[in-house]
Formats: sequence, C-alpha cells, structure tokens
Amino acid sequence: MRNALQGSIEVVARNGEAAHAAISPNLPLLIEGLTVSYGEKPAIFSIDARFAAGRTIAIVGPNGAGKSTLIKAALGIVPRLSGTVRVFGQPIEQVRGRMAYVPQRASVDWDFPARVVDVVMMGLYRTLGFLRFAGPKERQRALACLDRVGMADFAKRQIGQLSGGQQQRVFLARALAQDADLYLLDEPLAGVDAATERTIMDVLKSLKNEGRTVICVHHDLSTVAQYFDDVLLINVRKIAEGPVASTFTDGNLQKTYGGRLAGAHIEQLRLPVE
Amino acid sequence: MEGFLNALLLQSGYNAALVGIGAALLGMAAGGTGTFIFLRKRSLVSDAAAHATLPGICLAFMAMVAFGGDGRNLTGLMVGSAGSAAVALVLVDWISRETRLPEDAAIGAVLSVFFGFGIVLMTVIQTMTSGRQAGLESFLLGSTAGMLFNEAVTIAIAGAVAGFLLLLLHRRMTLVAFDPEFAATTGIDVRATDLATMGLVLVVTVIGLKVVGLVLIVAMLIIPAVAARFWTERVDRLVAIAAVIGGVSGYTGAAASAAYPNVPTGAVIVLISFGLFAVSLSFAPVRGVVASVYRHVRFQRQVHLRQGLLAVARGEPIFDGLTLKILRFAGHIRADGVATLSGRAAAAKALRDEARWEVARETHQEDVSGARYDGLTAIETVFTPDEIAEFDRRIGDRIGVVA
Amino acid sequence: MGPDFVQLSLTPMLIGTLAALACALPGNFLLLRRQALIGDAISHVVLPGIVVAFLITGTVAAWPMMLGASLAAIVAVLLIEAIKRLGRIDAGAAMGVVFTAMFAGGVLLLEQSDTSSVHLDVEHALYGNLESLIWLGAEGWSSLLDWTALSQMPPQVARLAAVLVVVAGFIFVFWNALKISTFDEGFALSLGIRARLLGFGLVVVTAIAAVAAFDAVGSIIVIAMFICPPAAARLMTDDLGRQVAWSAAFAIVSAVLGYIFAGYGPLWFGAAGSVSAAGMIATVSGLILAATCLFGPKRKRIGAAREV
Repeated sequence: MRNALQGSIEVVARNGEAAHAAISPNLPLLIEGLTVSYGEKPAIFSIDARFAAGRTIAIVGPNGAGKSTLIKAALGIVPRLSGTVRVFGQPIEQVRGRMAYVPQRASVDWDFPARVVDVVMMGLYRTLGFLRFAGPKERQRALACLDRVGMADFAKRQIGQLSGGQQQRVFLARALAQDADLYLLDEPLAGVDAATERTIMDVLKSLKNEGRTVICVHHDLSTVAQYFDDVLLINVRKIAEGPVASTFTDGNLQKTYGGRLAGAHIEQLRLPVE
Repeated sequence: MEGFLNALLLQSGYNAALVGIGAALLGMAAGGTGTFIFLRKRSLVSDAAAHATLPGICLAFMAMVAFGGDGRNLTGLMVGSAGSAAVALVLVDWISRETRLPEDAAIGAVLSVFFGFGIVLMTVIQTMTSGRQAGLESFLLGSTAGMLFNEAVTIAIAGAVAGFLLLLLHRRMTLVAFDPEFAATTGIDVRATDLATMGLVLVVTVIGLKVVGLVLIVAMLIIPAVAARFWTERVDRLVAIAAVIGGVSGYTGAAASAAYPNVPTGAVIVLISFGLFAVSLSFAPVRGVVASVYRHVRFQRQVHLRQGLLAVARGEPIFDGLTLKILRFAGHIRADGVATLSGRAAAAKALRDEARWEVARETHQEDVSGARYDGLTAIETVFTPDEIAEFDRRIGDRIGVVA
Repeated sequence: MGPDFVQLSLTPMLIGTLAALACALPGNFLLLRRQALIGDAISHVVLPGIVVAFLITGTVAAWPMMLGASLAAIVAVLLIEAIKRLGRIDAGAAMGVVFTAMFAGGVLLLEQSDTSSVHLDVEHALYGNLESLIWLGAEGWSSLLDWTALSQMPPQVARLAAVLVVVAGFIFVFWNALKISTFDEGFALSLGIRARLLGFGLVVVTAIAAVAAFDAVGSIIVIAMFICPPAAARLMTDDLGRQVAWSAAFAIVSAVLGYIFAGYGPLWFGAAGSVSAAGMIATVSGLILAATCLFGPKRKRIGAAREV
C-alpha cells in the first residue's frame, strides 16, 4: 500500500480468463474481490482470500460481519455481486463433489419427518445420482459416519428428538458422508455441549490429518488459537488472514471488532506463549 | 360515462347512493382492519374466516325457515355467518397451537372443509321445499343489484360501526402489531387485542358478504394494506392510506357497478384496488419496483467501480468482466486494460480514502466499526474536513516512520 | 352392487379418487415447504384461465380450457413470486393479492361475455359436477373388459389417470432431491440441486393436478385434497415415505366415503335426493383430519422450528 500511496500505479487490468489459468489445482479455495449484497448494503465487500490445503481455518468476526455469507458465496448458494471463487482451481459447479457443507442447525425445521440416518444419507446424494434410492450399502456408510461422531445409537431416532449438540453432530456426519476435500462449516460449535465440542474438534482434526481442508465460521475467540491453524478476520471487508500465531493479534482483533471488544477482554484472549 | 358520473355523485337513486356509501365505509373498515392482520403476517386467516361463513349462512337459513320465518333475512344470515366464521377462526388457532401443523395448513384445511360442508348444506337447502328460491348463491360473489332498502341501510350502519370500532381500537392494535412484547409491557392485553382484531375481521367479512361475496371479501382486507405498504414505513399512516385505498375502491366500484350492465360489484371493487396496488408496486418512490431496480443497478455499478479502482491502484489483476466494462465505460482504463490518466487519478483517490478509512477505524472505533465501513460510503459524508486532515497527518507520519 | 352401480357410481367414484390422489401427493411437499395455500391460490385462478380460453376459442372443449387454466396458474405463481421478492411482501399476503384479483378478473369477464349458450359458471367452477360423470355405455362389471364400453367412459377418467401418472412420476423421479431441498435448501444448493427450479417444477405439477381435478370435481375438492390428507398423514408418522402413503390412503377413503355419503346419506335419514359429492368429500377429509388432530400418534410438535 505504501508503494501505491507514493504514486506508483501501473497497468493492471488483464484479461480475466488468462489470469485464472494460473490458479493452482491444489489450492482448495481462492476468493478474489468477492462482494455479496442483500439489498443496498454489502454483506461482504471485495474480499480476497486464499485457503491453503490440509489446514484448519477459522473465519472470525463480529455479528453481521458476513462470515456465513462468505462461505455461502464460496459454495455458490448466494449470488455474488462481483468477484470470483475458484475451488481447486476450478469454478464451483465443476467441483461440487469435492466440497461439503454444514449449515447452521437453526436454518432448518427439525420437525421434518425424517430419522437421523435419513438425514446423513442426504450427504450421499451425489454418489447416489439420479433415480437411485439408498440401499444397504448407503445405510452402512451413513452408520459409519454416525459412528465417527458418536451418534450410531441414534440412527433410528426422529430428528426432532435430538438436542442441539446431537443435531450438530448429525449435520457433521452428513458432511462426512460427502467424503469431500474441502469442508465448509457454519458455526459448528455454536450452542453445543462440551462433549459435542470435543467430538466435533476431534473429527475436524482427523479430517485435517487426512489432508483435507476445514474452514469454520467460528464465534468463540477464546478457542481460536487452540483449535485452528489459520484465521481469516473479517468485518464486511477482510481485516487479516494468515497463521493464527501471526494474525490473531490484539491489533487485528481491535480492527475487526472495533470498540466492541474491550481491552481487558482482549487481554484474556492473548495467545498462549509458545 | 354519464351514468358512472351520476353514480359517483350519488345521483342514481336512493338505494344506489346508500350502497355506494356502504361500500365506501366497508372498504375503509376493511382496509384499516386488513393492515393489522397484514402486519402480523396473518393475512390469509381472513380467507379462512370468509370461506367459513358459508355453513353459517346455510344453517341460519335452515333455522329461520324451521321457526317459520323468512330464511332470507339479512341480519339473521349475518349472525349465522359470523357464528361459523368464529368457529373456524378458533379451530385455526387450536390446530396451529395444539398440533404440529403450521398455521397455513390449518387455514387451508379449515377453509376448504367448512366451505365444502357449506356446499353440502346448500344442496340440502335446494331439496327443501322452502329452499327453491333461497338465492344463497348470491353470497358467493355478492350482488348489490336488487338489494332491498333495509339491507342497504344495514350494510351502511354496520360499515359505520366497524369504522368506529377501528378508530377506537387502532392505537392498541398498532402497538401490538408493531411489537407485541413491548405492548405487553405497557399493560396491553396482547391476546385480547388479537381477538379484537379477529373480531373486526369477522365484522368486515360478514358485512362484505352481501356486497362482494365470500370469495372476494378477503381481497378487500388484504390488497389495500399491501398497496399502502409501498408508500410508508409508519403504522399510523399505513392504516390511513389502506383505509383510503379501500374506501376509494369500494365507492368507485359500487358506482361502476350501478352505472354499467353486467359489472358485478365485488369483482370490480377488487379490480380497482388491485389497480391501485399495481401502481403502488411499480411507482412508489422508495419501495416501488422502478425505484428499487434503479437503485440496484446504480449500487452494483458503484461496487464494481470502487473495486476496480482499488485493484488498479494496488496493481492487482482484475478478473471480473463487468468491472472491466464499467471501468472502460467510465474512461478509467483503455480497451487494452491500461489505466488512463483519469483512471489513475480516481484510483489514487480511492486508495487514499481507503487509507483514511483505515485510520478512521483505528481512531474512531466506537462509531465506525463495520456498519459504515462498507467500502462505498464517501469518507467526506461521515467525517469533517478537520478530522480528515488529521487522518492524512497520521498517514503521513506512518509513511515517514516506515520509510 | 349390480349394473346400476357400474353405470351410475363407479366412474364418479373413480374420478373422485383419481383427483384426490393427484392433489394429495404433491400436497405432502407443499405442506412441508409451508406452501399449503398455493393449492388454494391455484384453484381460484383456474376460473379466469378457463374464461379467457373460452373467449379465445369460443368453445368449452376440455383441452383449450385446461391449457388456459394451467397458464393462468403459472402466471399466478410467477406473479406471487414477483410480488414477494420485488415488494418484500410476505407469501400469504402476496398470494391473497394475486388470486383474488385474478378471480375477480375471471368473474368480470364471465359476466361481460355471452356464455348463456354454454355451461360455464362460477358455481360449476367451485363444486364441479361429479355426479353427472356417469358411464352410460356400461351394462355391468363385464363392461370393464369391453373395449367399446370402455371407450364411452367419461374422458375425465383417462385424463385424470394420465395426470396422476405425471404427478406420481415427478415425485418418484425427484424423490431424493425434493426431500433434501424441502428439508434444507442451502444444503441442497451446495450439492448442486437446482432447488428453486425444482420448487417451481413442484408448483407446475401442482397446477396440472389442480386443473385436471378441477375440471372434473370443482375447486373445493382440489383445495381440500391438497391439504387435508397430507396434514392428517403428517400426524400419523415421522417418516416421509410413510406420510405420502398415509396421505394417499386418506385421499382414497375421503373420495369413496364422501361419494357414498353424498349419494346415499340422505336416504339413510329418510330424505330424498342427494347432496353435493364434492362438498361431502371435502367434509369427510376434514373429519379424518379432525380425528388425527385429536388422536394421531404423532400429532404433537417435538422439533425446534426454523429460526433463520
């Protein structure tokens, strides 16, 4: 920025297609100039971010900062006003099979007539394909995913009978059934019990150890350093991105949260000395 | 045309004048009442109430005949219809509270079943010896032609009563519609007020039966409120505008129906209010479609322009085709993508403002975080020239320190 | 049940049952998507559709009428969606505006045009004439195997059977996608399911069912069958597949019992004549729903409602 301020503005606009050709197919998620707007107020504005492979990444910011909107736009489920998204170097439509999504659990009606195993099998939709219905093989796979989140005993429960933490585990199991390379989770730890939080984090870490990329919208500042490798701080615009150790700093948090985060509070959130 | 003008000026005879006034009062009461159910997002509850009047009408007819009276007595039929509509409203409420079924399903179930049962009763009446010329079908679509004098008086009086009740209750209904929880803390009984609102819906429905019929009365409750919504954000004005739209539709509709042959009153009233709705939807200044589309296009252009200029300033490549097109159109870049002089100037300004915002966010954290830092608000509109000069000084310091 | 039954009651019963099924099946998804009232809206706008078709073609032939009604239904659905989005108006109110205005337009056109020569009126549109759809060519049960007699069946039988195949086929083919997008639209979109297009497809199928059923039985049955059997079924089970099966069973029972009560009920009370079959079918479906509301094993809500 300093250079630019001093006036060295040079040619820049190149042909978009040519530029894309350079994006590595190994980069799980690349976001360029992404703006999404509901009405006349941008939810996120001109965000650039690169998410590296085999890492766990937290997206952090205050309420209304556009965290959920960012991952929804990355999944192509809300329309972009401008900008580009590339997943493994390709447009979203061509790599949907490599992405898994865990929405906020409050975004659905849990009174829907389905059992736990039915919901998990929804994650097999793309492998099932057209005009095929789930059989014993799919059921086995769904049960294995449920087992991984410690919910195997609940397979036949009506989903309305689950607690919040159990609902969240079922959603995670559904994403596991997708067997993706890039996991996008919207507040997977919001309002869940301690046991669920442990289970979910264990699963996410094992995903990472398998070389997959895990991106979470995360609200609890006190656990960012403990749970994640990298962090993306946003508040409508990007504030900072990078490894937690160098990015999740008092200064950046102040910039992200503004006056809403009292100094004393930040003191508590200081990174553990390593 | 002359006939229509005469009707509008109440010169088409005593009955027609009375019907016109009655329809206007009905329209005002319906428009005003409809606003409150619209604000509570329960507009279609009135549809259940309206369709559910049919069994009540039929039962009232049968009862009056059984007791040796005239089955067609309008007051009696109105009482009967109010009775069955009230039962329907209670059922809708009960189903959506006591079972897992959502309110829309409860509304649909109650309205179709009551209406179906009403049709059954109607065919029963047709087989009764006294039912040969019951003419109850006229309640389906309403008919003001051949309305008796005392019927017209009944409607005019009932319309006035409904309007008066609305005036009496509108303040607490406004509070409840706006924020039920706050209303409760001020000592208003929310449930009683909701019941009163439904009571008014019932009154309007029952009066409307004879004029517009039970299939279309729901339009008089819904359309004026929805149309009014495009013109204001304030509840009191909303009620007033909806009442005016309802009143105008009712009055001109009744006049048109009196003046022209084969123009059914209910249908024409509904179509007039729909016309007013269409105008509101299209051309209302802020919420109207034309204004919204204009704002969206302008907004999208702003976003692309700003992002494009920042990319130019930072020497980043631009991927987005629309951004390139807008920059080119504004003369900021040439066809081959190289920035022009004006482009460089605009880019430099965009970048300088970015830097100012950055400082502003650090120094004015309380008021600037997030909300106004959306990338589009011009910094001059938020801060005074003095403050901006201070930002520039800090930027200068920082560069000095680093360099 | 002799030849009389085959001649006078079999076809109306069959038509009522086919119509009830064609409406109840998509009704299950409408119910779960909080769109139960779209059936109400569509059945109201059928009237302007057939009136306009009549004004253009000058006949009351079935196919132009059905085409007109389907187009009116699709116009209505698009208008509702446009008003919802452009005007930021809630779905109920947007529906209320559109279907009443279109219905009013239909009534006005009907009054203004000369339809005295043809059987086209609002009452017919509301409750149809199921009783009149008799099978004059039939001489007994054996006629079911007689090709000449079968060809004299009311055309509504074949038409509704075809529509039922279309409706059931749509639901079968898109079962997984419909289920996922109804439960969790965001997740469906992330899988690449074109959820909005699918939703529109569901509404189009609904419109086709409504129009075909309406032609035979009037709009009351249509509205009642879209909502009552699926709603009652929802209170019987927590499994989507079983819910659809229950709703089909309730639809069949409503149609058959409703027709029998309408035709023979008054006789049991010692009265002559019969009452409206369409009205009675709706009434029976309402009684079934009432019973499940009071005694259905799954009548109470347990899951949390959607918050955002």
